[in-house]
Amino acid sequence: MCPCNDNLKNIMMYQFCAIDLNLYLDNFPEDKNAREDYSKVSCKLTSLIHEYEKEHGPLTNFGSAFVEEPNIWVNQPWPWENYE
Amino acid sequence: MWYYVKTLEYPINLKCKDLNMAKYLITQYGGPDGELGAALRYLDQRYTMPTGKSKALLTDIGTEEMAHVEMIATMVHQLMENATIDELKKAGLGGNYADHRKALFYTDATGNPCPLKLRHFKPALPLVYL
Repeated sequence: MCPCNDNLKNIMMYQFCAIDLNLYLDNFPEDKNAREDYSKVSCKLTSLIHEYEKEHGPLTNFGSAFVEEPNIWVNQPWPWENYE
Repeated sequence: MWYYVKTLEYPINLKCKDLNMAKYLITQYGGPDGELGAALRYLDQRYTMPTGKSKALLTDIGTEEMAHVEMIATMVHQLMENATIDELKKAGLGGNYADHRKALFYTDATGNPCPLKLRHFKPALPLVYL
């Protein structure tokens, strides 16, 4: 899966940010700034994923993608594969 | 329940075949302090944690560790993907090739299988885990 696609690169950046904020909030669930950031980041991430999936197919499966498309799921490159 | 997301946690695209690096890196996959061991330990320890905070933390860190497992696997795979059998032999990976071909394998840098048992802390106390 090629992160040279700008939308996917953005998704990965927001994912990374959401993971760290989530882990921080597990420890400090009352931190107001972090809660606001987490909420903004999650919201942005959800809309980026929605946009991306409409154009390029699902990034996740088992019924949890915005767009389910079994052919694309199977045939698109996998994250561990080299890209140009 | 878990879901797979078809991205890496951080982008990886290694084009430089490097078997020596692959040989060392494999310990971060399946060695005593590797990502697999860490992921399984966190996910194992969460069941008996006394507080919601520690259950949440171990669930979430354990889940993230699985993304680390995938990144290390990706690096090792890409570093050895285009190697010939002779090159693998020269790098001391001939035995690995005989056992696993070029498949990934949970071992340390010298080929010992993932020693999970050794890394379980005793006594099984939440404070010791954390």
